[in-house]
Amino acid sequence: MSTNNNIAQARKLVEQLRIEAGYERIKVSKAAADLMSYCEQHARSDPLLVGVPTSENPFKDKKPCIIL
Amino acid sequence: MEPQLQGQVIRQLFFLIGATSVNSILLRKDLCSCRKGMLSSPHQNTPRHREILCFLVEMAAQPSDTLATLKTESETLKTKLEEERAKLHDVELHQVAEKIEALGQFVMKTRRALKGHGNKVLCLDWCKDKRRIVSSSQDGKVIVWDAFTTNKEHAVTMPCTWVMACAYAPSGCAVACGGLDNKCSVYPLSLDKNENLAAKKKSVAMHTNYLSACCFTNSDMQILTSSGDGTCALWDVESGQMLQSFHGHAADVLCLDLAPSETGNTFVSGGCDKKSCVWDMRTGQCVQSFETHESDINSVRYYPSGDAFASGSDDATCRLYDLRADREVAIYSKESIIFGASSVDFSLSGRLLFGGYNDYTINVWDVLKGTRVSILFGHENRVSTLRVSPDGTAFCSGSWDHTLRIWA
Repeated sequence: MSTNNNIAQARKLVEQLRIEAGYERIKVSKAAADLMSYCEQHARSDPLLVGVPTSENPFKDKKPCIIL
Repeated sequence: MEPQLQGQVIRQLFFLIGATSVNSILLRKDLCSCRKGMLSSPHQNTPRHREILCFLVEMAAQPSDTLATLKTESETLKTKLEEERAKLHDVELHQVAEKIEALGQFVMKTRRALKGHGNKVLCLDWCKDKRRIVSSSQDGKVIVWDAFTTNKEHAVTMPCTWVMACAYAPSGCAVACGGLDNKCSVYPLSLDKNENLAAKKKSVAMHTNYLSACCFTNSDMQILTSSGDGTCALWDVESGQMLQSFHGHAADVLCLDLAPSETGNTFVSGGCDKKSCVWDMRTGQCVQSFETHESDINSVRYYPSGDAFASGSDDATCRLYDLRADREVAIYSKESIIFGASSVDFSLSGRLLFGGYNDYTINVWDVLKGTRVSILFGHENRVSTLRVSPDGTAFCSGSWDHTLRIWA
């Protein structure tokens, strides 16, 4: 019985590996370039990256304290 | 003795024993009216006898052959996979990123501390309104906070301890949570503070081991869950029906993340088998898998464009995997960091990766250059969960020190 289970598992593994081996891949240079361009495009709208003025960030306290 | 030879001997013996027993069975008068042995008489060659003989021969022939061939095939496929991936590995991400400017100094401080949990905070999620946070803890409490004012808006006590997963519904009208109870329950949030939320609870998912993560898909109607039983599943909230299940991990699945909506119906999961898998939600098929971590993967998070994902692991590293290049493209590690990363998240543009670690700190990494830009102190125990707010203005971290901190 356990040998049958092992065979079933091995078959599934082979099927899975076949699917993965047939995957369409691109070069790392192209993928890296795309990641970089995405970062650059969105860098300006990233508050944690560029920082937003204190008045616009709801978490940063304004001085003096404003009572809500 | 050689395993092949051993296999042959066993098969021969099996056949011999099998044939002999069939022979004896056939010779018994009460089972069969024939008196002569099986192989000797043509009369024995009836369909029923042939069937039995064929069955025995098949049983004897099956074991060793097929297993060995399958094993060799899987080994060759694995090496072929590695070769294919290596062929396209023409450059490293940080090399390509050398030409961009380095990031300046970051000043991030704790802006709010949310106190109220009685025990370790295990999980948190932001609401789409960028203001509310739901968090769950070891003491069984699930609390909904208003992050601007630090007020607690709702509190639910779960019937189990170690509520390891919680999620806010996209509409903001419900929260889902679960943990050691092996279930995922959805609680609709009502505006009436006096109403007992526990009464309206709806049990959606049922696993055979603890619930490690849950996430609503693009609507309030479907939930994706991952569990210690090694599987992930997609459920319909209204009926509690399982719509799809995802099998493939060899050990507990600890985390999952849904792809950003523009990129379609996939999600990534990471587990104790050191593997992270990308799944197609419609077919239940694992489309890609990555096994480069050296220990359990505690957290996975998609890059904002959906073309890559990061994972944080007990091996003290965070790694970036590109889905189109089908390989790991960056490792975020330092010799001085020896404690596991429990939770990771990207900033809005994907340039920063925040990692919460078991050494009570939060490390901020430059995703493209692979360097650390900042280290944040403040928590007094392990950081167990970390999420950036939907509009990217702040991020929240939850810790075993019973508090949540909002950093900006």
